[in-house]
Amino acid sequence: MFEYAPAPESRSIVDIASSYGLFIGGEFVDTRDGHTFKTISPASEEVLAEVTEAGPADVDAAVAAARRAYDRVWSKTPGRERAKYLYRIARILAERSREFAVLETLDNGKPIRESRDVDVPLASAWFFYYAGWADKLAYAGLGSDPQPVGVAGQIIPWNFPLMMLAWKIAPALAAGNTVVLKPAETTPLTALLFASVCQQAELPPGVVNIVTGAGATGQALVAHPDVDKIAFTGSTEVGKAIARAVAGTDTKVTLELGGKAANVIFDDAPVDQAVEGIVNGIFFNQGHVCCAGSRLLVQESVYDEVLERLKRRMATLRLGDPMDKNTDVGAINSREQLTRIRELSEVGDAEGAQRWSAACELPEHGFWFPPTIFTGVTQAHRIAREEIFGPVLSILTFRTPAEAVEKANNTPYGLSAGVWTEKGSRILWMADRLRAGVVWANTFNRFDPTSPFGGYKESGHGREGGRHGLEAYLR
Amino acid sequence: MSVSDRLDVRKTYKLYIGGAFPRSESGRTYEAFDAKGTFLANVARASRKDARDAVSAARKAFAGWSGATPYNRGQVLYRVAEMLEGRREQFIAEVMAGEGLRRSGAGDVVDRAIDRWVWYAGWADKIAQVHGSANAVAGPYFDFSLPEPTGIVATIAPQESSLFGLVSVLAPVIVTGNTAVVVTSYSRPLPAMTLAEVLATSDVPGGVVNVLTGDSTEVGPWLASHMDVNGIDLAGVSDPDLATALEEAAADNLKRVLRPGLPAWDVADPGIHRMTPFLETKTVWHPIGV
Repeated sequence: MFEYAPAPESRSIVDIASSYGLFIGGEFVDTRDGHTFKTISPASEEVLAEVTEAGPADVDAAVAAARRAYDRVWSKTPGRERAKYLYRIARILAERSREFAVLETLDNGKPIRESRDVDVPLASAWFFYYAGWADKLAYAGLGSDPQPVGVAGQIIPWNFPLMMLAWKIAPALAAGNTVVLKPAETTPLTALLFASVCQQAELPPGVVNIVTGAGATGQALVAHPDVDKIAFTGSTEVGKAIARAVAGTDTKVTLELGGKAANVIFDDAPVDQAVEGIVNGIFFNQGHVCCAGSRLLVQESVYDEVLERLKRRMATLRLGDPMDKNTDVGAINSREQLTRIRELSEVGDAEGAQRWSAACELPEHGFWFPPTIFTGVTQAHRIAREEIFGPVLSILTFRTPAEAVEKANNTPYGLSAGVWTEKGSRILWMADRLRAGVVWANTFNRFDPTSPFGGYKESGHGREGGRHGLEAYLR
Repeated sequence: MSVSDRLDVRKTYKLYIGGAFPRSESGRTYEAFDAKGTFLANVARASRKDARDAVSAARKAFAGWSGATPYNRGQVLYRVAEMLEGRREQFIAEVMAGEGLRRSGAGDVVDRAIDRWVWYAGWADKIAQVHGSANAVAGPYFDFSLPEPTGIVATIAPQESSLFGLVSVLAPVIVTGNTAVVVTSYSRPLPAMTLAEVLATSDVPGGVVNVLTGDSTEVGPWLASHMDVNGIDLAGVSDPDLATALEEAAADNLKRVLRPGLPAWDVADPGIHRMTPFLETKTVWHPIGV
């Protein structure tokens, strides 16, 4: 492995306030009935800022602001004008991209290379794409005169904070809705910075409202009677609770939940590319990816070769300071998540699977878990069934394509899958049979605003991205 | 005895599960009456076990039906329409009796039911083009999205409109490749069982449609909480508390849920809105290169 000198990105580009209120009605306001909590950098445990845990009265005020903006302004704003606001936001995000990337990496722990090259550019692209839909909704195949739903409550996770914000807000606004967005408890800062983007874009006050907080804040939003639509990305457990909570109401719901994706390697796969795909599939973003390729299915005849090359490649992954431009694997997002990854990995040991990770020095402070693989995993093992949401790969084998399909589909989830083979007809045969919302063939973890994304079965329902992504926000 | 005094040969009404007509395993029946309160038949009263058998039959049929070519599904469903037309008089008589309509009104209902079946049959090989997409991603990838059936859909059929309502909620579910378990109108079950006879004698594989007569308040909760059912349509549920309870139970495995009333089925053009809720969109990516 080559030695690199440290190459940290400068954090001077971003100003973090010592404390943040809530963004309601176009301005930052103090909490009515909430508390404050601290958000830290998971790489150093340094306190970054104090943020507000919004209470029910805060949520109520945010929903009221969104309703006012919807009734008085946004529902009367023509699509071509809404489009121009969204184009402005896309451009401002691009202009301030480095600022957002640095802040995202500080608050989330992901490598700056990923926030800079994936999260922020995609967030801008998402707004740019949906901007163009705002005045073309009649062509979306959802009826000749589709109407917005009204006020959307949106709850997003901590793994791609800004990108998830864009996935939620861009289609909602394009379709003519106003929103109340709750970012995740551990990663509120880029959403709060996004408030200043709305101000720079002169977006009418109340069209976007941001309430920070934890689960209780989210519950208050879900339970609010004046919210017309809930969009949630997060765990399957919370997704089910939301589905129960809205039963019997008129509230529309879309859910993008967990996964346990199979990444299937056939014996004729281009091995070097496949190994890159395996690494990208499970170690991208520390494995904090709902569509992560966390179950590797390798055809028996190439198992030894794939495993050997995978280990060799893993030995070159650089774990450490997320702000360093050479870092491949950053910090685990929170102590709580680290505990869960450790616990499930220990279950893997206890159930008889063999753990391996490359020799790797973990930083003294912060939350870290080395890229890890388990071999000798069976379908009954919990590490093959449960979402770990960390850099932990379970490796299984198969002999025939039919067995690969059987094993890949043997999960209550159905978000994504990967297939590696040089044979085109086999790719399409597999793609046809895999019960998953996204199938990456000879690639993995690709995202694009034009491309519908979302799950089968317990991975949720509804799609984000593309023409399909508008459906959640129109009636 | 004059000819008019001849006793008619009555039909025994049973359930339709996996292509066969079993009695309810519970051995129970209930009385169905015409609109004037005259006895029509003893109808099977489906139980939890019948519901589970129906789900298991629907699961068995799913791979074959969803894997059939859309052209084939369209042909099979069109064949059903041909058979419906052939039984037109029987359906008119049953709709007249059950729904209390005059002959002309019942004839109109049956015509609309047959026409709607034909309309949906034609969607089999078109929905992918209308609801799918080629996605212009910013990179060297071929990226496309296709609709696929969700799986097994349980349907509580409309209670008033025993034939047109049933056809309007059943055809959109199966035309796209789902398999179905239907709980019929409780008080007007006979046209549904005649439809089951049509399905059994056309080319629809056994298990693609399973028809249960009985009480949706009894069978509904078992279907809503069944972990191998992927979607539920509450079209025929009029009690809001029951609708809420069924939707809550459906959350256990995140079934796709159609709430009562929406989208409307009793309109001239139902659009694609009763098909898409039970379709999954699958997006496939592949690099472009040499």
